[in-house]
Amino acid sequence: MGELAAFIVLALVTLVPAVVVVTSSNIVRAALALVPTFLGVTGLYILLQAEFVAGIQVLIYAGAITVLILFVIMLTEGGTGVRVRQAHEQQPLGLLAAAVLAGLLLWVLGTTAWPRPDGALPQYTARHIGTTFLTSAVLVFEVTSLVLLVSLVGAIIIAKRER
Amino acid sequence: MTVQWPLEVARAAGLAVVVFTFLAVVAAMLGVLLERKISGWIQSRLGPKHVGPQGLLQTVADTIKLLQKEHITPRAADVVVFNTAPLIVAVAGLLDWIVIPFGPGLIVRDLNIGVLFFAAMASLTVIGILAGGFASNNKYALLGGLRSASQMISYELPMGMALIAVAMEAGTLSTVGIVEAQQGWLGAFAIRQFPAFVIFLVAATAEVNRVPFDLPEAESELVAGYFSEYTGMRFALFQLGEYAEMFAMAALATTLFLGGWKGPLLPPVVWFLVKMYAVVFFLMWMRWTYPRLRLDQLLNLSWKLLLPAGLLWILITGYRISF
Amino acid sequence: MLLLDWLYVGVFAVVGLLMAALPLAVVWALAPRMPYPQKTLTYESGVVPFGQAWAQFHVRYYLFGLVFVIFDVEVIYLYPWAIVFQELGKFAFVEMLIFLTILLVGLAYAWRKGALEWM
Repeated sequence: MGELAAFIVLALVTLVPAVVVVTSSNIVRAALALVPTFLGVTGLYILLQAEFVAGIQVLIYAGAITVLILFVIMLTEGGTGVRVRQAHEQQPLGLLAAAVLAGLLLWVLGTTAWPRPDGALPQYTARHIGTTFLTSAVLVFEVTSLVLLVSLVGAIIIAKRER
Repeated sequence: MTVQWPLEVARAAGLAVVVFTFLAVVAAMLGVLLERKISGWIQSRLGPKHVGPQGLLQTVADTIKLLQKEHITPRAADVVVFNTAPLIVAVAGLLDWIVIPFGPGLIVRDLNIGVLFFAAMASLTVIGILAGGFASNNKYALLGGLRSASQMISYELPMGMALIAVAMEAGTLSTVGIVEAQQGWLGAFAIRQFPAFVIFLVAATAEVNRVPFDLPEAESELVAGYFSEYTGMRFALFQLGEYAEMFAMAALATTLFLGGWKGPLLPPVVWFLVKMYAVVFFLMWMRWTYPRLRLDQLLNLSWKLLLPAGLLWILITGYRISF
Repeated sequence: MLLLDWLYVGVFAVVGLLMAALPLAVVWALAPRMPYPQKTLTYESGVVPFGQAWAQFHVRYYLFGLVFVIFDVEVIYLYPWAIVFQELGKFAFVEMLIFLTILLVGLAYAWRKGALEWM
């Protein structure tokens, strides 16, 4: 009962600002509205017993990616002096696409026979995650560092070329 | 064990009020007074003396004054964002305190991801600063905000390294667990993890934009940086957030490196506060001793010195523990 | 209990927000409110501001933010490793050594390419 209430609250905290993000014409407000959206997702992770993932969600998404997005917006607006506005030219088409997608998702979710786990949810503690990626998922772990390296190099090349 | 949800919510709300008040009084009011007194002594003068005994009520008077100052909103400022920014900074400074252990059992909530949670909350402050800088529609505020944000994110990484080194030593991310892992005087991590301690203190000073890392707020350079356009109580909220964050860093340093509440004879809470204030005193002492670092110097310090040093220390600690 | 722990966090955030907004409400009630053009003018050390409120465009802010995100993600992997590596033996240390070396190459690259320069 309590969990349902928590879920509803968190879902609202996630979805309402998300609507603001896609509809607001003031792009800084749109970017800032991402923060409560991310925090809502953090709460949803907690409901799924994934505490570590919740922590890094705040650290990375709310703390780093939002900052990066804000940097880009401020530099674009501040650098050119032009107020960036979110245009709503394709709103009818967008709404239609969103409605179709939502309908499709709901239909799939409703008609799939989800396997019911017996007993409690598995524990996704930091300890568990650490043990996994150092033992059974080592290769994935090492490849991740390569992916990060490639992203870093790629982004620097692109950014530097713009000068 | 069934959980009484309404009771817990009430308890949480009560604790939040207590902690917020503690921060407003001890961190902001007392902290600012301490700052002014210490800076006075270091500069061979007395600091505030008239309001109340030995000037103790100075900040109370200042707060009352600020409460009735006009809130000026610059024209063309984004009003919604302009008003939300100080709130973000103040709340981020408050949330950090959830994982600070004042004594055995005296912690709001001993989260399993303790130090990770602390780092995450500290990273939320940056958003408030960027928002404030931008919404002011003032080029100095914008520049100050961008510089401040760049500085803060640059120092989040070495701070994370220091936290990880301590977590390695203690084998847990929980703040209570880390205090428990420090046995006796020589067990304090300040000794075994001295490089991490140094890195943490430097990074913490930069995270709260204090001298020698306060270029983004420098009066001589950028007026007041990102809060140039903020008047009265909104300004006070930014300050509250900053001082709360500074005290939180000092409290975390105490927990992670100085053995938290442990100590002979005196009650644990007293020990904790004594140690915390010792770190705060140290931070204030640094402020009035060192000249300000230039922005490129401070960024170089973080990326080219502290980050590699932090990584190296982690490898050394790992090697020491594994082999 | 996890849910309870984070309920505290949630309540703290909400109460904190309300308590921070409280002095602002007091000001709204008590303080004078007389905006006139000179007062609401953007502050520029006493002179009338000229030009737009813009800062020079420098890609360096973006580069710092970007390198920060990449390394922040790396630090995330260090957290769980830090608490379990003791129990897993030497190979856990070596695995992290490999991971960190690859990323150190990235840092060196960023350094060489001037992504970490302010000027």
